[in-house]
Amino acid sequence: MLNLYTRRRIINAIGLTVSVLAMLFGLFWLCWILITLLNHGLPALTPMVFDKMTPPPGSTGGLLNAIAGSLMMTVVGTLIGTPIGILAGTYLAEFGQRGWMAPITRFINDVLLSAPSIVIGLFVYEVYVVHVKHFSGWAGAFALSILVIPIVIRTTENMLRLVPSTLREAAAALGAPQWKVINFVTLRAARAGIITGVLLAVARISGETAPLLFTALNNQFWSSNMDQPMANLPVVIFQFAMSPYSDWQNLAWAGALLITVSVLTLNILARVLFRQSATTH
Amino acid sequence: MFSHEARLKRQALFDLLFRSLTRVSAFGVLALLMAIIVSLVVGSMPAIHAFGFGFLTSSDWDPVNDKFGALIPIIGTLVTSGIALLIGIPVSFGIALFLTELSPRILRRPLGIAIELLAGIPSIIYGMWGLFVFAPLFADHVEPWINKHLGTLSYIGPFFSGPPMGIGMMTAGIILSIMVIPFIASVMRDVFDVVPTLLKESAYGLGATTWEVMWNIVLPYTKVGVAGGIMLGLGRALGETMAVTFVIGNAHELSKSLLMPGNSISSALANEFTEAVGDLYTSSLIELGLILFFITFVVLSIARYMLYKLGQREGQAA
Repeated sequence: MLNLYTRRRIINAIGLTVSVLAMLFGLFWLCWILITLLNHGLPALTPMVFDKMTPPPGSTGGLLNAIAGSLMMTVVGTLIGTPIGILAGTYLAEFGQRGWMAPITRFINDVLLSAPSIVIGLFVYEVYVVHVKHFSGWAGAFALSILVIPIVIRTTENMLRLVPSTLREAAAALGAPQWKVINFVTLRAARAGIITGVLLAVARISGETAPLLFTALNNQFWSSNMDQPMANLPVVIFQFAMSPYSDWQNLAWAGALLITVSVLTLNILARVLFRQSATTH
Repeated sequence: MFSHEARLKRQALFDLLFRSLTRVSAFGVLALLMAIIVSLVVGSMPAIHAFGFGFLTSSDWDPVNDKFGALIPIIGTLVTSGIALLIGIPVSFGIALFLTELSPRILRRPLGIAIELLAGIPSIIYGMWGLFVFAPLFADHVEPWINKHLGTLSYIGPFFSGPPMGIGMMTAGIILSIMVIPFIASVMRDVFDVVPTLLKESAYGLGATTWEVMWNIVLPYTKVGVAGGIMLGLGRALGETMAVTFVIGNAHELSKSLLMPGNSISSALANEFTEAVGDLYTSSLIELGLILFFITFVVLSIARYMLYKLGQREGQAA
């Protein structure tokens, strides 16, 4: 029979040990996945990856068309999504104090933020691909832009709320109309934070596979025509990794390493940028 | 004078234009949600007409004879997400506890970022890694052990016995758990951080151990937020596509064993949608998407509601 004091100490020790183990458990997977990627990806990452098209099985090739397609769709998706997101976020932060619309929009936006991306792919398929009757880069870009919007809205609103009201009032007292106050004072003050949000959104969509499966599909050849099915890294990785050909699987590892490195770099960049802006203000 | 008034008027017009522009954009979000729901419902109409509510309870999936039911993918989605939460919740709690109470101050930030990077890794990478690295090891070393020790037990045995193939619902659930840990852990850490220091220090002052402070003070204080974080993680797990598609095995079979291949809603969509021939097949898959959207919508709404409630209480206390 242990006395109460010892028992409490033992429970405490066990709890804290388990907590440390949980932390190690999390780090363990991160390291394992990254090491696997480097092990398989680095040997496969030859210069050919960047200047050859995706090959038929059995011959050599690279990922050039997939990289280009991914870049194009990500850029277009971001360009469509960002302005809408910033405007809507501005509404929520600056005009949304009264009425029923702002709280509901905020709620719906938060739900859309983590809605399954494959459903977004289905949606774009239903409203766009079915009507034009072919898969296309545009459809892929639309699907990605729908993923960008909620992220940008969320960060824009949060960042605008951090801007002190005195700044707005000072500008208004100088006689600036509201649209000038918001565009030239508030949004500018929140710029770094909003850019962070956009970077995070880009990071999120550049690794997304599910919404592209039914929209951009894939293309074995070079295509810069957004109105045609378009090669893109995630879907190529999916197709190549699931295939039984080892040269395809190697290319998939190379692509996987590329995507992960760029996504994690964007993530870290966003954090560094945000931290800098937070310390200078 | 006249030109000055005209300029003022013009500015007022710009104000109105700008305000309307932002309002239209915000309204776009609502319209988007409506459009998603309407398009999915319209797309699944043929399947709804053909199968009615029986769709939800039928385990048929027979493209040749045009007979479809959602039971197997729904169960697969729920079971894999359940496994993910079972592993993910305690680990996330441990991580959040470590980051808020135990970690040396210098390590706190880098470790927090490391856990968040786990969320940044694209899901297709988890899938590839799961298929090529994790599944073979799991099949060789863990599954035989599970078979031997858990598979022979009297009640739960059937859930844990099956051929050690490496792919299946268990593998999918474990990989999902790694993917939801960063989401749950970061919400938990954030809500643990808002517990007033006064409250914690009072407990320490009375002689409570760190564990008791966490378990009896911090957790009860933040339980709504913690539950919200868990629901958020559940929402992620339910909708996760690529990682599951790689490792679940994509078999439209109902089996008791967690070691057997199964199917989830999202992996059925990812695998079959572009190859589906015929209206009824496509429309059944879209109905699956509708069901998935409905489930995640409900789960995420509850999550957000809980997190809002916590936020409101914070506002009152301040």
